[in-house]
Amino acid sequence: MARRVSLFVTCLVDQLFPSVGLAMADVLERLGWKVEFPEAQTCCSQPAFNSGYWDEARQVARHFLRVFRDAEYVVVPSGSCGSMVINHYRELFHKDAEALAETEALAPRVWEFSRFLLEVAQVEDVGARYDGVVTYHDGCHALRELGIKQGPRRLLARVRGLVLKEMDVAEECCGFGGTFSVKFPEISGAMARTKIESILRTGADTVVSTDSSCLMQLRGALLRAKAPVRTLHLAEVLASR
Amino acid sequence: MISIPHERFERVLADPALQQAIYAATGRLMEKRREAVAPEALPDYQELRSQARRIKEHTLENLDYYLEQFEAEVHARGGRVVWCRDGDEVVDFLTKLAREKNARLIVKSKSMTTEEIHLNQQLEQRELEPVETDLGEYILQLAGERPYHIVAPALHKTRYDVADIFSRRLGVEREEIPERQTRIARATLREKFLAADIGLTGANFLVADSGAVVLVENEGNARLTTTAPRIHVAVAGIEKLIPRAQDLAVFLKLLGRSATGQPLTVYTSVLAGPRREGELDGPEEFYVVLLDNGRTRLLADREKRESLFCIRCGACLNHCPVYRKIGGHNYPWVYSGPIGAILTPQYFGAGHEPWLPFASSLCGACGEVCPVKIDIPKMLLLLRREIGRSLAREGKGRWERWAFRVWAWLMTRPKLYEFAGVAASALAPEGSEGWLTGLPPVLRRGPLAAWLSQRDLPLPPGRSFRQLWRVRSRVKRV
Amino acid sequence: MSRDHILHKVRTALGRSAGQPAAEPPPVRLCGPQSDLEARIERFLNAVAGLNGKTYRARSCEEVRDYAARLVDGRPAVASCTPVLTACGIHGLPGVRYQFSTRDEFQTACAQAAVGITGADYALADTGTVVLLASHQEPRMISLLPPVHLAVVPKERILSGLDELFTLLPRPSELTSSLVLVTGPSRTADIEQILVRGVHGPGEIHVVVL
Ligand code: SF4
Repeated sequence: MARRVSLFVTCLVDQLFPSVGLAMADVLERLGWKVEFPEAQTCCSQPAFNSGYWDEARQVARHFLRVFRDAEYVVVPSGSCGSMVINHYRELFHKDAEALAETEALAPRVWEFSRFLLEVAQVEDVGARYDGVVTYHDGCHALRELGIKQGPRRLLARVRGLVLKEMDVAEECCGFGGTFSVKFPEISGAMARTKIESILRTGADTVVSTDSSCLMQLRGALLRAKAPVRTLHLAEVLASR
Repeated sequence: MISIPHERFERVLADPALQQAIYAATGRLMEKRREAVAPEALPDYQELRSQARRIKEHTLENLDYYLEQFEAEVHARGGRVVWCRDGDEVVDFLTKLAREKNARLIVKSKSMTTEEIHLNQQLEQRELEPVETDLGEYILQLAGERPYHIVAPALHKTRYDVADIFSRRLGVEREEIPERQTRIARATLREKFLAADIGLTGANFLVADSGAVVLVENEGNARLTTTAPRIHVAVAGIEKLIPRAQDLAVFLKLLGRSATGQPLTVYTSVLAGPRREGELDGPEEFYVVLLDNGRTRLLADREKRESLFCIRCGACLNHCPVYRKIGGHNYPWVYSGPIGAILTPQYFGAGHEPWLPFASSLCGACGEVCPVKIDIPKMLLLLRREIGRSLAREGKGRWERWAFRVWAWLMTRPKLYEFAGVAASALAPEGSEGWLTGLPPVLRRGPLAAWLSQRDLPLPPGRSFRQLWRVRSRVKRV
Repeated sequence: MSRDHILHKVRTALGRSAGQPAAEPPPVRLCGPQSDLEARIERFLNAVAGLNGKTYRARSCEEVRDYAARLVDGRPAVASCTPVLTACGIHGLPGVRYQFSTRDEFQTACAQAAVGITGADYALADTGTVVLLASHQEPRMISLLPPVHLAVVPKERILSGLDELFTLLPRPSELTSSLVLVTGPSRTADIEQILVRGVHGPGEIHVVVL
């Protein structure tokens, strides 16, 4: 019998980038997993948590814990939302023993997508083909909170037709930062432009990352700069053939 | 709403030369640090960080014990410890000391702690002449500015700026070559060193079991400051204590590497008491000023106490993408960058410049490089929460609070959440290929406009993932 | 008074009471020396050279003296009274002063000297560091005021690094009022990050290992 995974697509992918969620489902199904989408899911609670509204964040986080309580694996196309559940729920609930226990029970079953492929599904080559020169942007939370660095690159390296070109500042923040992007737009925008310069220096035609939020920031800034570079989520690259 | 100094940010962002200077200088320091802590160069880097953090944690948890031990050791070696609650007490002490000893000229080596209490201005008002001797600090003192960076204070000054400052303030001929500018400073300051009665320093560490002040530097000005004048006064925050001289092995390996990528800075001085029997030079009197100035308040806050671990290496500034854009003077206090963003509200209270902890993308680069493992992003999050509460008490920030309340309500009701998405999608304006470039003038306010001021905005694609998923599942079943 | 006030606030913040002993501190972290003497000497000389210091390996006291003589070249110089310099006959070189009756006289001599000559209590191979403990034989200004510093390092004094130094000297302040680690020539990069040597201390350092 095929094993089950539950998708947590994140609110951003749900509302703005559904193709990322579909791509993720395609890849997983191709690998023989039975994919489920618990419809009651909404958001991981990060926007409120990062903005200092911990009470509101707790409500939403409890909802998340409820929705995914019985999931065998929860796979997330985002290092940032993944880290919220895996790392920050503990802080959020450090005075709530019950929710803390639920967090401890669930967190080990929550996986960022690339890491799930490599460590649970144990595949590097998902049989994808993508003809293009790609540069990989390290999402900050994937990189620094989950320690995801080589994994996505290993997956990309096995994609036929794909040439990976590293940026000189792959680890530098794109400037998104959630509400930071609209509270401090001039700083956020300047950060994005610095990142874009680095992307353009690689000569790549596509930027890939594990987080749609970073890609939204980068795509928006690339369009504004009229730079002919695509942005794709890792799942979209791995789903293409 | 919190007021945010957007225009000040814009000014720095709009200055390409300054942008380049900041980005290049911090970039170089990042690069050097990276090489210096690489596994080939320092295999036990992570263990050293953990040990440094453990020691700082332990010292602060037992701080009263180590302060008293330190004091006893200083006294045993013929020095004196002076306790000061705030900057005024430091100024009083120094003024009295100068009067007693008939001193006027005070040479100073770089000290962030004295910047914190605006010591120079205070001393000048009392007819004393403090002279900064670190080259960067000297340039800034002549220019009448505060440090831009805790390790590289004049990072924002070009050689041409320095040429202007020197010719204007020292009456020398305009000189644009850094090598020669340095010679000018050396000659001018050498006279000051030899004529000064008091040498004033900070301290990188205070060693409890030795009664020692540790100074780390590259120029030799701290050595001169503590050697030439008859009197040495070190002003240090009470958090600078470490228990044992042997702990220096850990901290010295981390400090230079994190700051500038140097395995050791050029000079490290471990100074304990005045000169001893038979010594030809060194100070005759040795004072250590232990300054509180708000530190005990931070100490009482268990959750955020770790901000006091800071050894002022500057790595978090260099790695901060926000600092690298807005520069040092956009931070309200002498401590800039990530460490400034967490120290400032902790010293002055959550209501002071409340935007500061929000001016971060929470990228985590600061915490990753901090040699004493201060979890700066977590401190920022805790401060954001605290500021939210304090604003609520003052009845401010109402709009945002409501927005998050509504948001939480919606996010715990999946059906309504979906409906809101459908509604938003129906109301969304036309864009080009799913992206929006601008808004009609009437809508040019709020977060969407802020987003669009810098970049294009994605529009909802008509159908959300969950809607597409239902279709997909139906197709699959057939 | 401020002392009691501050200590009281510290104790209140920590929930401690006066006279309470400290908890057990984390164990000291010092790693033992690994390499043999020859390897240390080699590493030390390489490290000094890497810092733009001049190095020389002397086989005899005469070679040390000859090196010093060439460097001083009859110009005014100040030397400390540390035994290794006496043994090498540095004090007999023309231009070299080493005895002073007052501090002022000494300071003036150092300020005017072209070269300052010291021994070294220890040296650190890993970092190319000369370790100087101030004493009646080894004052501080010789390695500080003149533009050139020559340090004569007896080879058996070369340790591997900081860990070994602090193993040997667990509480250096019991021995000296000033322990100074000198790692390369004085430098600054405060103007546009351009490296300039000799800003306040010596811009040139020579290390002779005997
Ligand atoms: S917070 Fe950490 S990284 Fe920043 S200056 Fe202090 S010690 Fe260095």
